[in-house]
Amino acid sequence: MSAAETFSPTLAAGQPATARSARPRKRKTLLAAAPPSLQPLVRFIRWLVPPLLGLIAFVLLWSLVSQWSKGSLPGPASTWASACELFADPFYQNGPNDQGIGWNILMSLGRVGVGFGLAALVGIPLGFMIGRFNFLSRMTAPVISLLRPVSPLAWLPIGLLVFKAASPASIWVIFISSIWPMILNTAAGVRAVPQDYLNVARVLRLSEWKVFSVILLPAVLPHMLTGVRLAIGTAWLVIVAAEMLTGGVGLGFWVWDEWNNLNVEHILIAIFVVGLVGLALEQALVWLAKKASFGQGE
Amino acid sequence: MERFVELENVQKHFDTKKGRFVALQDINLTIRQGEVVSLIGHSGCGKSTVLNIIAGLLEPSDGIALCNGREIDGPGPERAVVFQNHSLLPWLSCYGNILLAVERVFGAKEGKAQLAARTDAALVLVGLSHARDKHPHEISGGMKQRVGIARALAMEPKVLLMDEPFGALDALTRANLQDEMVKIVDATGSTVVMVTHDVDEAVLLSDRIVMMTNGPAATVGEILDVQLPRPRNRLALANDADYHRYRSAVLDFLYQKHRRDAA
Repeated sequence: MSAAETFSPTLAAGQPATARSARPRKRKTLLAAAPPSLQPLVRFIRWLVPPLLGLIAFVLLWSLVSQWSKGSLPGPASTWASACELFADPFYQNGPNDQGIGWNILMSLGRVGVGFGLAALVGIPLGFMIGRFNFLSRMTAPVISLLRPVSPLAWLPIGLLVFKAASPASIWVIFISSIWPMILNTAAGVRAVPQDYLNVARVLRLSEWKVFSVILLPAVLPHMLTGVRLAIGTAWLVIVAAEMLTGGVGLGFWVWDEWNNLNVEHILIAIFVVGLVGLALEQALVWLAKKASFGQGE
Repeated sequence: MERFVELENVQKHFDTKKGRFVALQDINLTIRQGEVVSLIGHSGCGKSTVLNIIAGLLEPSDGIALCNGREIDGPGPERAVVFQNHSLLPWLSCYGNILLAVERVFGAKEGKAQLAARTDAALVLVGLSHARDKHPHEISGGMKQRVGIARALAMEPKVLLMDEPFGALDALTRANLQDEMVKIVDATGSTVVMVTHDVDEAVLLSDRIVMMTNGPAATVGEILDVQLPRPRNRLALANDADYHRYRSAVLDFLYQKHRRDAA
Protein backbone atom coordinates (compact mmCIF):
# COMPACT_ATOMS: atom_id res chain seq x y z
CA MET A 1 0.00 0.00 0.00
CA SER A 2 2.84 2.37 0.76
CA ALA A 3 4.10 1.69 -2.74
CA ALA A 4 0.76 2.67 -4.22
CA GLU A 5 0.70 6.01 -2.49
CA THR A 6 4.23 6.99 -3.46
CA PHE A 7 3.33 6.38 -7.09
CA SER A 8 0.09 8.35 -7.08
CA PRO A 9 0.79 11.82 -5.69
CA THR A 10 -1.01 13.50 -8.62
CA LEU A 11 -4.08 11.37 -8.13
CA ALA A 12 -4.46 12.59 -4.59
CA ALA A 13 -3.72 16.25 -5.45
CA GLY A 14 -6.56 18.63 -4.66
CA GLN A 15 -8.18 16.16 -2.28
CA PRO A 16 -8.83 17.32 1.26
CA ALA A 17 -6.40 14.75 2.60
CA THR A 18 -3.49 16.28 0.77
CA ALA A 19 -4.51 19.81 1.62
CA ARG A 20 -3.79 18.81 5.17
CA SER A 21 -0.46 17.23 4.32
CA ALA A 22 0.76 20.61 2.95
CA ARG A 23 1.77 21.35 6.54
CA PRO A 24 5.44 21.06 7.65
CA ARG A 25 7.13 18.01 6.27
CA LYS A 26 7.99 16.18 9.44
CA ARG A 27 4.28 15.92 10.33
CA LYS A 28 3.53 14.07 7.15
CA THR A 29 3.51 10.35 7.75
CA LEU A 30 3.06 7.62 5.21
CA LEU A 31 -0.34 6.72 6.60
CA ALA A 32 -1.72 10.27 6.52
CA ALA A 33 -0.89 10.64 2.85
CA ALA A 34 -3.01 7.67 1.74
CA PRO A 35 -5.70 8.41 -0.84
CA PRO A 36 -9.19 8.97 0.63
CA SER A 37 -10.58 5.66 -0.62
CA LEU A 38 -8.08 3.85 1.60
CA GLN A 39 -8.76 5.99 4.68
CA PRO A 40 -11.02 3.47 6.47
CA LEU A 41 -8.43 0.76 5.94
CA VAL A 42 -5.70 3.06 7.27
CA ARG A 43 -7.77 3.84 10.32
CA PHE A 44 -8.37 0.13 10.89
CA ILE A 45 -4.67 -0.66 10.62
CA ARG A 46 -3.80 2.19 13.00
CA TRP A 47 -6.33 0.83 15.44
CA LEU A 48 -5.05 -2.73 15.09
CA VAL A 49 -1.28 -2.24 15.21
CA PRO A 50 -0.67 -1.42 18.91
CA PRO A 51 -2.67 -4.33 20.40
CA LEU A 52 -1.25 -6.68 17.78
CA LEU A 53 2.30 -5.63 18.67
CA GLY A 54 1.50 -6.19 22.34
CA LEU A 55 0.27 -9.72 21.67
CA ILE A 56 3.28 -10.54 19.50
CA ALA A 57 5.63 -9.25 22.20
CA PHE A 58 3.81 -11.38 24.74
CA VAL A 59 4.10 -14.55 22.65
CA LEU A 60 7.80 -13.85 21.99
CA LEU A 61 8.48 -13.35 25.69
CA TRP A 62 6.61 -16.55 26.42
CA SER A 63 8.70 -18.57 23.94
CA LEU A 64 11.89 -17.08 25.36
CA VAL A 65 10.93 -18.03 28.91
CA SER A 66 9.94 -21.46 27.65
CA GLN A 67 13.37 -21.84 25.99
CA TRP A 68 15.19 -20.80 29.14
CA SER A 69 13.19 -23.22 31.27
CA LYS A 70 14.40 -26.01 28.95
CA GLY A 71 10.93 -27.27 28.21
CA SER A 72 9.49 -27.43 31.72
CA LEU A 73 7.22 -24.54 30.67
CA PRO A 74 5.62 -25.42 27.32
CA GLY A 75 6.02 -22.88 24.54
CA PRO A 76 3.28 -21.26 22.45
CA ALA A 77 3.53 -23.84 19.66
CA SER A 78 3.02 -26.95 21.79
CA THR A 79 0.28 -25.21 23.78
CA TRP A 80 -1.49 -24.29 20.56
CA ALA A 81 -1.27 -27.86 19.30
CA SER A 82 -2.62 -29.15 22.58
CA ALA A 83 -5.45 -26.60 22.50
CA CYS A 84 -6.46 -27.64 18.98
CA GLU A 85 -6.69 -31.24 20.13
CA LEU A 86 -8.65 -30.25 23.22
CA PHE A 87 -11.17 -28.05 21.42
CA ALA A 88 -11.66 -30.60 18.64
CA ASP A 89 -14.01 -32.48 20.97
CA PRO A 90 -15.05 -30.16 23.78
CA PHE A 91 -18.08 -32.12 24.96
CA TYR A 92 -16.94 -35.69 25.56
CA GLN A 93 -17.81 -37.56 28.74
CA ASN A 94 -15.52 -40.25 30.18
CA GLY A 95 -16.76 -40.44 33.71
CA PRO A 96 -16.77 -37.67 36.30
CA ASN A 97 -13.02 -37.00 36.30
CA ASP A 98 -12.53 -36.89 32.55
CA GLN A 99 -14.84 -34.55 30.71
CA GLY A 100 -14.48 -32.19 27.77
CA ILE A 101 -13.30 -28.60 28.27
CA GLY A 102 -16.74 -27.39 27.19
CA TRP A 103 -18.37 -29.12 30.16
CA ASN A 104 -15.85 -27.60 32.53
CA ILE A 105 -16.48 -24.09 31.20
CA LEU A 106 -20.26 -24.54 31.31
CA MET A 107 -20.08 -25.98 34.82
CA SER A 108 -18.08 -23.00 36.12
CA LEU A 109 -20.31 -20.54 34.29
CA GLY A 110 -23.37 -22.26 35.72
CA ARG A 111 -22.11 -21.94 39.29
CA VAL A 112 -21.19 -18.30 38.74
CA GLY A 113 -24.60 -17.74 37.19
CA VAL A 114 -26.50 -19.24 40.12
CA GLY A 115 -24.41 -17.61 42.86
CA PHE A 116 -24.36 -14.34 41.05
CA GLY A 117 -28.08 -14.43 40.27
CA LEU A 118 -28.92 -15.09 43.92
CA ALA A 119 -26.61 -12.24 44.95
CA ALA A 120 -28.38 -9.90 42.51
CA LEU A 121 -31.76 -11.04 43.79
CA VAL A 122 -30.80 -10.19 47.36
CA GLY A 123 -28.24 -7.43 46.83
CA ILE A 124 -30.06 -5.11 44.44
CA PRO A 125 -33.29 -4.73 46.45
CA LEU A 126 -31.22 -4.42 49.61
CA GLY A 127 -29.11 -1.74 47.94
CA PHE A 128 -32.26 0.15 46.96
CA MET A 129 -33.52 0.10 50.52
CA ILE A 130 -30.16 1.08 51.99
CA GLY A 131 -29.94 3.97 49.53
CA ARG A 132 -33.48 5.16 50.21
CA PHE A 133 -33.59 4.90 54.00
CA ASN A 134 -30.80 6.46 55.96
CA PHE A 135 -31.68 4.48 59.06
CA LEU A 136 -31.16 1.18 57.25
CA SER A 137 -27.95 2.49 55.76
CA ARG A 138 -26.50 3.30 59.17
CA MET A 139 -27.80 0.02 60.55
CA THR A 140 -26.11 -2.14 57.91
CA ALA A 141 -22.92 -0.08 57.60
CA PRO A 142 -20.90 -1.74 60.38
CA VAL A 143 -21.77 -5.28 59.25
CA ILE A 144 -20.99 -4.57 55.60
CA SER A 145 -17.75 -2.76 56.44
CA LEU A 146 -16.67 -5.71 58.56
CA LEU A 147 -17.53 -8.49 56.13
CA ARG A 148 -16.65 -6.87 52.81
CA PRO A 149 -12.85 -7.04 53.08
CA VAL A 150 -12.89 -10.76 53.93
CA SER A 151 -11.37 -12.96 51.23
CA PRO A 152 -14.19 -14.85 49.54
CA LEU A 153 -12.42 -18.18 50.05
CA ALA A 154 -12.58 -17.73 53.81
CA TRP A 155 -16.32 -18.36 53.44
CA LEU A 156 -15.77 -21.75 51.82
CA PRO A 157 -15.53 -23.81 55.04
CA ILE A 158 -18.77 -22.22 56.26
CA GLY A 159 -20.41 -23.21 52.98
CA LEU A 160 -19.10 -26.77 53.22
CA LEU A 161 -20.26 -26.98 56.81
CA VAL A 162 -23.77 -25.74 56.06
CA PHE A 163 -24.42 -27.38 52.69
CA LYS A 164 -22.29 -30.54 53.14
CA ALA A 165 -21.55 -30.59 49.40
CA ALA A 166 -18.96 -29.04 47.10
CA SER A 167 -21.16 -27.46 44.45
CA PRO A 168 -23.48 -25.45 46.72
CA ALA A 169 -20.46 -24.41 48.75
CA SER A 170 -18.79 -22.85 45.70
CA ILE A 171 -22.08 -21.19 44.77
CA TRP A 172 -22.21 -19.80 48.29
CA VAL A 173 -18.70 -18.36 47.89
CA ILE A 174 -19.72 -16.70 44.62
CA PHE A 175 -22.83 -15.34 46.29
CA ILE A 176 -20.99 -13.80 49.20
CA SER A 177 -18.21 -12.32 47.07
CA SER A 178 -20.47 -10.73 44.46
CA ILE A 179 -23.14 -9.36 46.78
CA TRP A 180 -21.08 -6.47 48.23
CA PRO A 181 -20.40 -4.51 45.05
CA MET A 182 -24.05 -4.88 44.07
CA ILE A 183 -25.38 -3.60 47.40
CA LEU A 184 -22.92 -0.73 47.63
CA ASN A 185 -23.19 0.49 44.05
CA THR A 186 -26.97 0.27 43.98
CA ALA A 187 -27.18 2.19 47.26
CA ALA A 188 -24.74 4.83 45.97
CA GLY A 189 -26.82 5.10 42.80
CA VAL A 190 -30.03 5.67 44.74
CA ARG A 191 -28.34 8.39 46.79
CA ALA A 192 -27.06 10.03 43.61
CA VAL A 193 -30.49 10.38 41.96
CA PRO A 194 -30.67 14.10 41.18
CA GLN A 195 -33.05 16.05 43.42
CA ASP A 196 -34.46 17.65 40.26
CA TYR A 197 -35.95 14.34 39.14
CA LEU A 198 -37.47 13.78 42.55
CA ASN A 199 -38.90 17.31 42.48
CA VAL A 200 -40.56 16.48 39.18
CA ALA A 201 -42.08 13.44 40.88
CA ARG A 202 -43.26 15.58 43.78
CA VAL A 203 -44.85 18.24 41.57
CA LEU A 204 -46.63 15.52 39.59
CA ARG A 205 -47.52 13.68 42.81
CA LEU A 206 -46.49 10.40 41.24
CA SER A 207 -47.38 7.22 43.09
CA GLU A 208 -44.59 5.35 44.90
CA TRP A 209 -44.62 2.69 42.19
CA LYS A 210 -44.35 5.30 39.42
CA VAL A 211 -41.51 7.02 41.27
CA PHE A 212 -39.71 3.70 41.44
CA SER A 213 -40.36 2.54 37.88
CA VAL A 214 -40.10 5.87 36.02
CA ILE A 215 -37.45 7.69 38.05
CA LEU A 216 -35.49 5.61 40.56
CA LEU A 217 -34.94 2.46 38.53
CA PRO A 218 -33.72 4.09 35.30
CA ALA A 219 -31.66 6.65 37.23
CA VAL A 220 -29.97 3.93 39.30
CA LEU A 221 -29.53 1.45 36.45
CA PRO A 222 -26.06 2.67 35.34
CA HIS A 223 -24.74 2.50 38.92
CA MET A 224 -26.38 -0.86 39.41
CA LEU A 225 -24.73 -2.22 36.28
CA THR A 226 -21.34 -0.97 37.48
CA GLY A 227 -21.95 -3.01 40.62
CA VAL A 228 -22.96 -6.00 38.53
CA ARG A 229 -19.83 -5.66 36.40
CA LEU A 230 -17.54 -5.48 39.44
CA ALA A 231 -19.40 -8.40 40.97
CA ILE A 232 -19.12 -10.63 37.96
CA GLY A 233 -15.41 -9.82 37.72
CA THR A 234 -14.90 -10.91 41.30
CA ALA A 235 -17.14 -13.94 40.90
CA TRP A 236 -15.16 -15.17 37.92
CA LEU A 237 -11.90 -14.61 39.80
CA VAL A 238 -13.18 -16.57 42.76
CA ILE A 239 -14.80 -19.53 41.03
CA VAL A 240 -11.50 -20.97 39.78
CA ALA A 241 -9.99 -20.84 43.27
CA ALA A 242 -13.14 -22.26 44.88
CA GLU A 243 -13.30 -25.16 42.43
CA MET A 244 -9.62 -25.93 42.96
CA LEU A 245 -10.44 -26.45 46.60
CA THR A 246 -13.75 -28.29 46.24
CA GLY A 247 -13.11 -30.47 43.21
CA GLY A 248 -15.82 -32.03 41.04
CA VAL A 249 -16.20 -30.50 37.61
CA GLY A 250 -15.29 -27.00 36.47
CA LEU A 251 -12.35 -25.00 35.22
CA GLY A 252 -10.74 -24.68 38.63
CA PHE A 253 -10.96 -28.39 39.27
CA TRP A 254 -9.62 -29.05 35.80
CA VAL A 255 -6.56 -26.85 36.46
CA TRP A 256 -5.84 -28.77 39.66
CA ASP A 257 -6.45 -32.12 37.97
CA GLU A 258 -4.04 -31.27 35.14
CA TRP A 259 -1.45 -30.15 37.70
CA ASN A 260 -1.69 -33.57 39.26
CA ASN A 261 -1.28 -35.06 35.78
CA LEU A 262 1.63 -32.62 35.17
CA ASN A 263 -0.05 -31.53 31.94
CA VAL A 264 1.24 -27.94 31.94
CA GLU A 265 -0.09 -27.18 28.43
CA HIS A 266 -3.59 -27.73 29.71
CA ILE A 267 -3.00 -25.44 32.67
CA LEU A 268 -1.86 -22.71 30.29
CA ILE A 269 -4.92 -23.31 28.13
CA ALA A 270 -7.10 -23.05 31.22
CA ILE A 271 -5.52 -19.71 32.05
CA PHE A 272 -6.34 -18.40 28.59
CA VAL A 273 -9.87 -19.77 28.72
CA VAL A 274 -10.49 -18.16 32.11
CA GLY A 275 -9.13 -14.90 30.75
CA LEU A 276 -11.21 -15.00 27.58
CA VAL A 277 -14.46 -15.88 29.34
CA GLY A 278 -13.83 -13.13 31.91
CA LEU A 279 -13.16 -10.67 29.11
CA ALA A 280 -16.35 -11.68 27.32
CA LEU A 281 -18.46 -11.28 30.49
CA GLU A 282 -16.93 -7.89 31.16
CA GLN A 283 -17.46 -6.65 27.61
CA ALA A 284 -21.05 -7.85 27.57
CA LEU A 285 -21.77 -5.85 30.71
CA VAL A 286 -19.94 -2.76 29.44
CA TRP A 287 -22.15 -2.93 26.35
CA LEU A 288 -25.25 -3.35 28.48
CA ALA A 289 -24.26 -0.43 30.71
CA LYS A 290 -23.81 1.78 27.67
CA LYS A 291 -27.27 0.81 26.47
CA ALA A 292 -28.75 1.71 29.84
CA SER A 293 -27.03 5.06 30.36
CA PHE A 294 -29.51 7.08 28.20
CA GLY A 295 -26.89 9.65 27.34
CA GLN A 296 -26.22 10.44 30.99
CA GLY A 297 -22.63 11.39 31.65
CA GLU A 298 -21.94 11.98 27.98
CA MET B 1 -59.72 39.91 39.27
CA GLU B 2 -59.70 37.59 42.24
CA ARG B 3 -56.78 36.94 44.51
CA PHE B 4 -55.21 33.69 43.62
CA VAL B 5 -51.91 33.16 45.36
CA GLU B 6 -51.48 34.84 48.72
CA LEU B 7 -48.41 34.96 50.92
CA GLU B 8 -48.98 36.49 54.34
CA ASN B 9 -46.05 37.31 56.60
CA VAL B 10 -44.12 34.39 55.23
CA GLN B 11 -40.82 33.72 56.93
CA LYS B 12 -38.33 31.02 56.03
CA HIS B 13 -35.24 30.01 57.91
CA PHE B 14 -32.81 27.16 57.50
CA ASP B 15 -31.02 25.59 60.46
CA THR B 16 -27.38 25.13 59.57
CA LYS B 17 -24.30 24.11 61.50
CA LYS B 18 -23.46 27.78 62.00
CA GLY B 19 -26.87 28.43 63.52
CA ARG B 20 -30.12 29.72 62.11
CA PHE B 21 -30.07 31.39 58.73
CA VAL B 22 -33.10 33.57 58.04
CA ALA B 23 -33.61 33.60 54.28
CA LEU B 24 -36.94 35.38 54.01
CA GLN B 25 -38.88 37.64 56.33
CA ASP B 26 -42.26 39.36 56.19
CA ILE B 27 -43.06 38.37 52.66
CA ASN B 28 -46.49 39.69 51.72
CA LEU B 29 -47.60 39.13 48.18
CA THR B 30 -50.92 38.70 46.43
CA ILE B 31 -51.12 37.41 42.90
CA ARG B 32 -54.32 37.69 40.88
CA GLN B 33 -55.60 35.18 38.39
CA GLY B 34 -54.24 35.69 34.89
CA GLU B 35 -51.43 37.88 36.13
CA VAL B 36 -47.77 37.52 35.18
CA VAL B 37 -45.53 38.36 38.11
CA SER B 38 -41.74 38.40 38.11
CA LEU B 39 -39.58 38.07 41.18
CA ILE B 40 -36.31 39.88 40.62
CA GLY B 41 -33.34 40.42 42.88
CA HIS B 42 -29.65 39.75 43.25
CA SER B 43 -28.57 36.15 43.51
CA GLY B 44 -28.99 34.72 46.98
CA CYS B 45 -31.90 37.02 47.82
CA GLY B 46 -34.30 34.13 48.23
CA LYS B 47 -36.44 34.65 45.16
CA SER B 48 -36.27 30.96 44.29
CA THR B 49 -37.22 30.18 47.89
CA VAL B 50 -40.41 32.22 47.44
CA LEU B 51 -41.17 30.32 44.27
CA ASN B 52 -40.53 26.97 45.96
CA ILE B 53 -42.86 27.92 48.79
CA ILE B 54 -45.63 28.64 46.27
CA ALA B 55 -44.77 25.37 44.51
CA GLY B 56 -45.02 23.55 47.84
CA LEU B 57 -41.51 22.14 47.51
CA LEU B 58 -40.58 24.13 50.63
CA GLU B 59 -42.73 24.89 53.64
CA PRO B 60 -42.74 28.37 55.13
CA SER B 61 -41.28 28.42 58.65
CA ASP B 62 -43.89 30.98 59.65
CA GLY B 63 -46.80 32.77 58.03
CA ILE B 64 -49.39 31.49 55.58
CA ALA B 65 -49.15 30.51 51.93
CA LEU B 66 -52.49 30.15 50.16
CA CYS B 67 -53.43 29.10 46.67
CA ASN B 68 -57.02 29.44 45.51
CA GLY B 69 -58.07 30.11 49.09
CA ARG B 70 -56.54 26.93 50.47
CA GLU B 71 -53.32 26.50 52.37
CA ILE B 72 -50.53 25.13 50.19
CA ASP B 73 -49.84 21.63 51.39
CA GLY B 74 -47.04 20.13 49.35
CA PRO B 75 -46.49 20.31 45.62
CA GLY B 76 -49.16 19.46 43.10
CA PRO B 77 -49.84 19.52 39.39
CA GLU B 78 -52.12 22.58 39.63
CA ARG B 79 -48.93 24.53 40.38
CA ALA B 80 -46.67 23.33 37.59
CA VAL B 81 -42.99 24.18 37.82
CA VAL B 82 -40.58 24.91 34.97
CA PHE B 83 -37.23 24.13 36.57
CA GLN B 84 -34.09 26.12 35.98
CA ASN B 85 -32.24 23.22 34.43
CA HIS B 86 -35.18 21.70 32.56
CA SER B 87 -35.21 18.50 34.71
CA LEU B 88 -36.31 16.27 31.87
CA LEU B 89 -35.95 12.57 32.50
CA PRO B 90 -33.12 11.49 30.19
CA TRP B 91 -34.55 8.02 29.56
CA LEU B 92 -37.84 9.34 28.17
CA SER B 93 -38.30 11.00 24.79
CA CYS B 94 -39.65 14.55 24.61
CA TYR B 95 -43.06 13.01 24.01
CA GLY B 96 -42.60 10.60 26.93
CA ASN B 97 -41.59 13.37 29.31
CA ILE B 98 -44.71 15.38 28.53
CA LEU B 99 -46.95 12.31 28.47
CA LEU B 100 -45.83 11.40 32.00
CA ALA B 101 -47.27 14.69 33.24
CA VAL B 102 -50.37 14.52 31.03
CA GLU B 103 -51.16 10.98 32.18
CA ARG B 104 -50.87 11.95 35.80
CA VAL B 105 -53.21 14.94 35.47
CA PHE B 106 -55.78 13.71 32.95
CA GLY B 107 -55.26 9.93 32.94
CA ALA B 108 -58.18 9.24 35.24
CA LYS B 109 -60.76 10.98 33.05
CA GLU B 110 -59.53 10.66 29.50
CA GLY B 111 -58.71 7.90 27.05
CA LYS B 112 -55.34 7.16 25.49
CA ALA B 113 -56.13 9.01 22.27
CA GLN B 114 -57.05 12.17 24.14
CA LEU B 115 -53.88 12.01 26.25
CA ALA B 116 -51.79 11.57 23.12
CA ALA B 117 -53.56 14.50 21.49
CA ARG B 118 -52.86 16.71 24.51
CA THR B 119 -49.18 15.71 24.46
CA ASP B 120 -48.84 16.45 20.77
CA ALA B 121 -50.65 19.77 21.19
CA ALA B 122 -48.16 20.78 23.88
CA LEU B 123 -45.28 19.97 21.52
CA VAL B 124 -46.91 22.06 18.79
CA LEU B 125 -47.34 24.95 21.22
CA VAL B 126 -43.58 25.19 21.78
CA GLY B 127 -42.77 24.35 18.16
CA LEU B 128 -41.12 21.01 18.80
CA SER B 129 -43.25 18.51 16.89
CA HIS B 130 -40.19 17.52 14.88
CA ALA B 131 -38.30 16.53 18.06
CA ARG B 132 -41.18 14.42 19.37
CA ASP B 133 -39.25 11.15 19.60
CA LYS B 134 -35.81 12.57 20.42
CA HIS B 135 -34.28 12.05 23.83
CA PRO B 136 -33.12 15.03 25.89
CA HIS B 137 -29.42 14.41 25.21
CA GLU B 138 -30.09 14.65 21.48
CA ILE B 139 -31.52 18.19 21.53
CA SER B 140 -30.13 21.64 22.38
CA GLY B 141 -30.44 23.43 25.72
CA GLY B 142 -33.10 25.78 24.36
CA MET B 143 -35.15 22.88 23.05
CA LYS B 144 -34.89 21.07 26.39
CA GLN B 145 -36.18 24.13 28.16
CA ARG B 146 -39.05 24.34 25.69
CA VAL B 147 -39.96 20.73 26.43
CA GLY B 148 -39.90 21.65 30.13
CA ILE B 149 -42.30 24.51 29.42
CA ALA B 150 -44.50 22.27 27.28
CA ARG B 151 -44.61 19.70 30.07
CA ALA B 152 -45.73 22.35 32.54
CA LEU B 153 -48.29 23.89 30.18
CA ALA B 154 -49.73 20.51 29.22
CA MET B 155 -50.78 20.03 32.83
CA GLU B 156 -53.10 23.05 32.41
CA PRO B 157 -51.92 24.38 35.75
CA LYS B 158 -53.73 27.09 37.66
CA VAL B 159 -50.35 28.75 38.19
CA LEU B 160 -47.24 28.30 36.10
CA LEU B 161 -44.11 28.67 38.22
CA MET B 162 -40.87 29.32 36.41
CA ASP B 163 -37.50 29.34 38.15
CA GLU B 164 -35.11 31.32 35.94
CA PRO B 165 -36.46 29.38 32.98
CA PHE B 166 -34.14 30.96 30.44
CA GLY B 167 -31.16 31.53 32.74
CA ALA B 168 -29.00 28.73 31.37
CA LEU B 169 -29.45 29.72 27.71
CA ASP B 170 -27.45 31.93 25.38
CA ALA B 171 -28.76 35.44 24.71
CA LEU B 172 -30.29 34.75 21.29
CA THR B 173 -32.05 31.56 22.32
CA ARG B 174 -33.26 33.31 25.44
CA ALA B 175 -34.77 36.17 23.42
CA ASN B 176 -36.54 33.72 21.11
CA LEU B 177 -38.00 31.77 24.00
CA GLN B 178 -39.07 34.97 25.75
CA ASP B 179 -40.93 36.01 22.60
CA GLU B 180 -42.60 32.62 22.45
CA MET B 181 -43.48 32.87 26.10
CA VAL B 182 -45.12 36.27 25.47
CA LYS B 183 -47.28 34.65 22.79
CA ILE B 184 -48.17 31.65 24.92
CA VAL B 185 -49.08 33.80 27.91
CA ASP B 186 -51.21 36.07 25.72
CA ALA B 187 -52.93 33.07 24.14
CA THR B 188 -53.60 31.04 27.29
CA GLY B 189 -54.06 33.80 29.85
CA SER B 190 -52.15 31.74 32.40
CA THR B 191 -51.21 32.96 35.82
CA VAL B 192 -47.42 32.99 35.86
CA VAL B 193 -44.88 33.53 38.61
CA MET B 194 -41.37 33.79 37.28
CA VAL B 195 -38.03 34.15 39.00
CA THR B 196 -35.47 36.07 36.98
CA HIS B 197 -32.42 38.24 37.23
CA ASP B 198 -32.85 39.62 33.72
CA VAL B 199 -34.35 43.13 33.80
CA ASP B 200 -35.48 43.10 30.15
CA GLU B 201 -37.12 39.73 30.57
CA ALA B 202 -39.00 40.98 33.62
CA VAL B 203 -40.30 44.13 31.89
CA LEU B 204 -41.13 42.34 28.66
CA LEU B 205 -43.15 39.53 30.23
CA SER B 206 -44.62 40.85 33.47
CA ASP B 207 -47.71 42.68 34.63
CA ARG B 208 -45.97 43.32 37.92
CA ILE B 209 -42.37 43.11 38.97
CA VAL B 210 -41.67 42.20 42.59
CA MET B 211 -38.24 43.52 43.51
CA MET B 212 -36.60 41.84 46.46
CA THR B 213 -34.07 43.27 48.89
CA ASN B 214 -30.78 41.49 49.49
CA GLY B 215 -30.60 38.61 51.91
CA PRO B 216 -30.26 37.44 54.59
CA ALA B 217 -33.78 38.14 55.81
CA ALA B 218 -34.77 39.33 52.34
CA THR B 219 -38.19 40.78 51.81
CA VAL B 220 -40.28 42.49 49.14
CA GLY B 221 -38.70 45.88 48.46
CA GLU B 222 -40.92 47.46 45.86
CA ILE B 223 -43.57 46.29 43.44
CA LEU B 224 -43.65 47.85 40.00
CA ASP B 225 -46.82 47.84 37.89
CA VAL B 226 -45.90 47.39 34.25
CA GLN B 227 -48.72 48.93 32.23
CA LEU B 228 -47.48 48.22 28.76
CA PRO B 229 -50.22 47.17 26.33
CA ARG B 230 -50.36 43.57 25.17
CA PRO B 231 -49.49 41.97 22.83
CA ARG B 232 -45.97 43.16 23.45
CA ASN B 233 -43.29 43.21 20.82
CA ARG B 234 -39.62 43.33 21.61
CA LEU B 235 -38.72 45.49 18.61
CA ALA B 236 -41.54 47.97 19.09
CA LEU B 237 -40.69 48.31 22.77
CA ALA B 238 -37.03 49.06 22.03
CA ASN B 239 -38.00 52.68 21.28
CA ASP B 240 -40.84 52.94 23.76
CA ALA B 241 -40.38 55.61 26.42
CA ASP B 242 -42.54 53.78 29.00
CA TYR B 243 -40.54 50.59 28.50
CA HIS B 244 -37.35 52.45 29.28
CA ARG B 245 -38.93 54.13 32.28
CA TYR B 246 -39.87 50.73 33.74
CA ARG B 247 -36.50 49.34 32.91
CA SER B 248 -34.75 52.26 34.63
CA ALA B 249 -36.94 51.86 37.69
CA VAL B 250 -35.87 48.22 38.11
CA LEU B 251 -32.23 49.01 37.43
CA ASP B 252 -32.38 51.86 39.89
CA PHE B 253 -33.75 49.56 42.55
CA LEU B 254 -31.17 46.84 41.91
CA TYR B 255 -28.07 48.96 41.42
CA GLN B 256 -28.74 52.13 43.46
CA LYS B 257 -30.98 51.33 46.38
CA HIS B 258 -30.02 47.72 46.91
CA ARG B 259 -26.68 47.49 45.30
CA ARG B 260 -24.79 44.38 46.12
CA ASP B 261 -21.05 44.78 46.43
CA ALA B 262 -19.07 42.29 44.48
CA ALA B 263 -17.96 39.57 46.83
